[in-house]
Amino acid sequence: MSEIPATTPLAAGGATARPQRRDIGIKRRYAAEARFRAYGMAAVGVAVLALVFLLVSILANGLGAFRQTFVTFDVTLDAAVLDKVGNRDPEEMKKVTTIGYGNLLKAALGTALDAAGVSTDGVSAKDVGGLLSKEAPAQLRNRVLADPGLLGTTISFRTYANGRIDGYFKGRVTMQSAALDSNVSPQQLELADRMREAGMIGVGFNTGFLFGPDASELRPEAAGLGIAILGSAYMMILVLLLSLPFGVAASIYLEEFAPQNRFTDLIEVNINNLAAVPSIVFGLLGLAIFINFMGLPQSASVVGALVLALMTLPTIIIATRAALKSVPPSIREAALGVGASRMQTVFHHVLPLAMPGILTGTIIGLARALGETAPLLLIGMVAFVRDFPAGPPEGFFDPASALPVQIYNWTQRADPAFVERASGAIIVLLVFLFFMNLAAIVLRRRFERRW
Amino acid sequence: MNAGLVSLIVLAIAAAGYVLGRHRSLALAGGDIRALHSLPGYYGQFVFLFAAVPPFLVMLVWLLAQPLIIESRVASMIAPSDIPDGSTLSLVMADVHRIADGLDVAVAEGNLSEGQLDDMRADLTDVRARLAEVGIAVGSKVSQNVFLAAKDFRRLAGVGRTAMAGVVLLLALGGAVFAWTRIAPRYRARNVSEAAIKSLMILSSTVAVITTLGIILSLVFETVHFFNLYPAEKFFFNLTWNPQFRGGSDLGILPLLWGTLYVSVVALAVAVPVGLLAAIYLAEYASDSVRAFAKPTIELLAGIPTIVYGLFALITVGPMLRDYFAQPLGLGSSSSSVMTAGLVMGIMVIPFISSLSDDVINAVPQAMRDGSLGLGATHSETVKKVILPAALPGIIGAILLAASRAIGETMIVVMGAGASARLGVNPFEAMTTITVKIVSQLTGDTEFASPETLVAFALGLSLFVVTLVLNVIALYVVRKYREQYE
Repeated sequence: MSEIPATTPLAAGGATARPQRRDIGIKRRYAAEARFRAYGMAAVGVAVLALVFLLVSILANGLGAFRQTFVTFDVTLDAAVLDKVGNRDPEEMKKVTTIGYGNLLKAALGTALDAAGVSTDGVSAKDVGGLLSKEAPAQLRNRVLADPGLLGTTISFRTYANGRIDGYFKGRVTMQSAALDSNVSPQQLELADRMREAGMIGVGFNTGFLFGPDASELRPEAAGLGIAILGSAYMMILVLLLSLPFGVAASIYLEEFAPQNRFTDLIEVNINNLAAVPSIVFGLLGLAIFINFMGLPQSASVVGALVLALMTLPTIIIATRAALKSVPPSIREAALGVGASRMQTVFHHVLPLAMPGILTGTIIGLARALGETAPLLLIGMVAFVRDFPAGPPEGFFDPASALPVQIYNWTQRADPAFVERASGAIIVLLVFLFFMNLAAIVLRRRFERRW
Repeated sequence: MNAGLVSLIVLAIAAAGYVLGRHRSLALAGGDIRALHSLPGYYGQFVFLFAAVPPFLVMLVWLLAQPLIIESRVASMIAPSDIPDGSTLSLVMADVHRIADGLDVAVAEGNLSEGQLDDMRADLTDVRARLAEVGIAVGSKVSQNVFLAAKDFRRLAGVGRTAMAGVVLLLALGGAVFAWTRIAPRYRARNVSEAAIKSLMILSSTVAVITTLGIILSLVFETVHFFNLYPAEKFFFNLTWNPQFRGGSDLGILPLLWGTLYVSVVALAVAVPVGLLAAIYLAEYASDSVRAFAKPTIELLAGIPTIVYGLFALITVGPMLRDYFAQPLGLGSSSSSVMTAGLVMGIMVIPFISSLSDDVINAVPQAMRDGSLGLGATHSETVKKVILPAALPGIIGAILLAASRAIGETMIVVMGAGASARLGVNPFEAMTTITVKIVSQLTGDTEFASPETLVAFALGLSLFVVTLVLNVIALYVVRKYREQYE
C-alpha cells in the first residue's frame, strides 16, 4: 500500500532510533472522514432547510389572506329606488338588480366622502365607486332582501375594498404598478390613503375568507373557503364511514383468521400494490366507474369520498394489521382458554386493545386523503361552485369543492391576489393536518401499551 | 324510492328483527338463559344479519348491473342510420342519456306531464327547444329513434328502481321472518352468526382485489376503446403531441414520456445524494438528540400534501430559478420548467429515500461494522466499503420506490413543469409529463368519447404499468435483501 522510505532517517544524536511509522496517509484519511461527516450534516441541513424555506414561503405569502381591507360608510336605502312598487314584497324587490344597488352605493360613497371632508379631486365618480368590491352591491342587495324593513333607513355598511386597493394596503400594489394597471389608477390609491386618514377604510380580520363561498375571477377580495371546507368535511366523514369498517374487517380476517394460501397471498400483494398506485390512477378509476358507469353526479362529494376511501384503505389495513399484531398472543390464549370463541376473542379482547393503533393509522390515512388533489381534479371537483351543498345526506350528492382543489383552482387564475388566497388556504389546510397529526400522536402516547 | 331510503328501511327492519329475535329466544327458553345454546343477543344478531345482509348485497349488484342491462337494450334500439357521419354509437348514447335527464328535469319542474311525454314525437315537436327551456343542451337535432330510445331509457330506469325497491324490501322482510322462525333454544345462533360475520370479513378483504381489478378493467377497456379510434403504433411512436379538439390530432406518448423521465431524473439527482447522505449521517454519526429532532423533521416532508409543493414551485422556486439562473444564463424565461418541478419533487422524495435507507443501514449487522473498524478502517471507510455494499440492494429498492413516486406525481408537475409537450434537453424550458396531460385532457368540457379524451386512459394505463413494474422490482429487491440478514 504505502511505499517504505528508502533511507531510515535517524533522530538527531543518532543513539536510539525511534520506530519509524509507515506513512499510511492517516492525515488524508482523517480529512476524508471529516469531509464525509460534513457531507452528511450538510444533507440533513439541506433537507431541514428545504422544509423551513417551504413553510416560511407559504406563510409569508398567505398570512395576508386572513386580513382584508374593508370600507365602512353610511348608506341611505332609498325606498323609491329599491322598492318601486312600495309594498315591501321581496319578490317585487328582486326586480332591482345589483346594478341598481351599485349605483346607490356609488352615490352613497360619494356623499360619505364629502361628509367626511375627503377630497375626491382628480377621481371621477365612477372611479370612486371602483374602490369598492364588485361583490358589494350583491352583499347590500342580499341584506336588504333579507330584511325589507331596512328600506328608508340609513345603515352603516361595511364591505370589501376592491382587490387592488387591498393589494395596496398589503404592499402588493404600488403607485408604479398602478400607473400601468388598467384596473386601478394612482389617483384612486391616493384617495384610499386619504380615506384611511379619515377612518373610512381599514384592514381587519376577514371571516369571509374562512366561511364565505368562492367568488369569480374579477373579485378575489370576496373569495372564501367555506364551500371547500364543508366539501372536505363531507368527504372526510364519508371516507371514515367507508374505509374504517372495511379496512378493520379486512385486517381482522387477514391477521386473525386467514389460512396461509394463494388467495390470502393474492390479497396481501394487492393491498401492498394499491398503496403504491399513483393517486391520479384512482381518479381515472373514479371517472370511469363511479361517474361514467354508475352515473353518480360529477363534482359531488360522494364520488370524491369513494375514490379517497379506496386510496385510504391500504393505509388503514396496514396500520390495523400492525396494531393487531402487537397484541400479545397470551391475551388470545387466555380468552380461548376460558371458553371464548375465536370471534369473541377478537371482538372482546384483541380489538379493544388494538384500537389506539387502529385509530392512529386511520387519522393519518385521513390526513393524507385530506391533502389529496389529483384524483379530485379528474372527477370534476374543479368546477366553480357558488352555492353551499345541502345538509347530509342529500348534500353528499350536491356539487362541492374541496380544500386542495380550491387551492389549485385559485392558482390557475390570473389576478395575483389569488396567489395570496391560495397560500392562505394552504395555511388552513396545514392547520387541519397539524391538528389531525397531533391527535394521532397524542392518541398513541396516551393509549399505546408496550407489552 | 331511492337507494338511500330503501337502505334506511332495510336497516329499520333489521333492527326490529334484532329486538324481536332476542325477545323470542328468551320467551322460548321461558326466561331461563341456561336453556339456550347461545346468549340471547346472538339470536338477535342472527335475525339482524339475515334481514340486512342479503338485501344489501342484492342492492349493490343491482345498482351495478342495471345500467349495463338498460344500456344494451336501449343501444339496440338505435339503428345504424341514426348515427350521423363521423359520430359513434357511444356519442349517440350520450345524447340519449342527456335527453332522458332533460325529460326528467322537465317532468320534475312541471313543464311536461307524463301523459304529454307519452304523446310527444320528435318528428312533430322540437325536442331540442323544449329541453333548452329547462337548461339541458343537446348537440344536434333529435331524431325520432333517439327520442324513443331516450323515453325507453327513462321508463326502464324507473321500472328498475321500483323493482329494486320491491325485491330488496321483500328480501329483508323474508330474511327476518325466516330467521325468526328458525329460533329455538337448541339452535346454534352464535355459530351461524359468527360464520356470517366471518364471510363478511372475507368479502371486505376482497375490496382490495376488486379495486385493482376495477382499475385494470376500466383502464384497459377505455384504452382499447381509444386504440379503436387512434392507431396504437402512432400513440407509442409518434414524436409529436398536439391534440386538436376538431379531430386530426397527434397523440404521441414519447414527448410526455421524455418529460416525465427528465423531471424524475432531476428529482432523483436531488433526492438520492441528499436522502442517502442524510440517512447515513443519522444512522451512523448523529447523536441521539440530533436524530430525535432531524428524523421526524425530514419525515414531515413526506406528510406535506403535494398541492403545497406545487404552490411552492409555482410562486417561489419557479420565479427564483428564472430570475437567478435561466435568464442570466440565457436559457429561457419560463418560470415553469423541468428544473423547477424536478427540484421541488426532489425535496418531496427525500424522506422516501432517507427513511427506507435508514432502515436498511440499521439492518446491517453490527458485527460487520465492528470487524471493519477493528481492522483499522475509519468510520467513513467502513460506511463506504462495508456498509453501503451490504445495504446496496435495499438502497436500490428505496431509489426505485422513490422513482415510481416521482413518475406518478401529479400536482407538482401540473403547477411547476408547464404544459408544452416537447422533446428538448434544456432543463430551464417548460416541458410536460404524462400526469399533466391526463389532467388537462380530462378537465374542461369535452366529449367523453373522443380520442382526445380517451387518450388519458391510455396514458393512465402506461403510467400504471410503469409504476407497477418499478414497485414490484423494488419490493422484490428489498424483501430479498431483508432475508439475507434475518
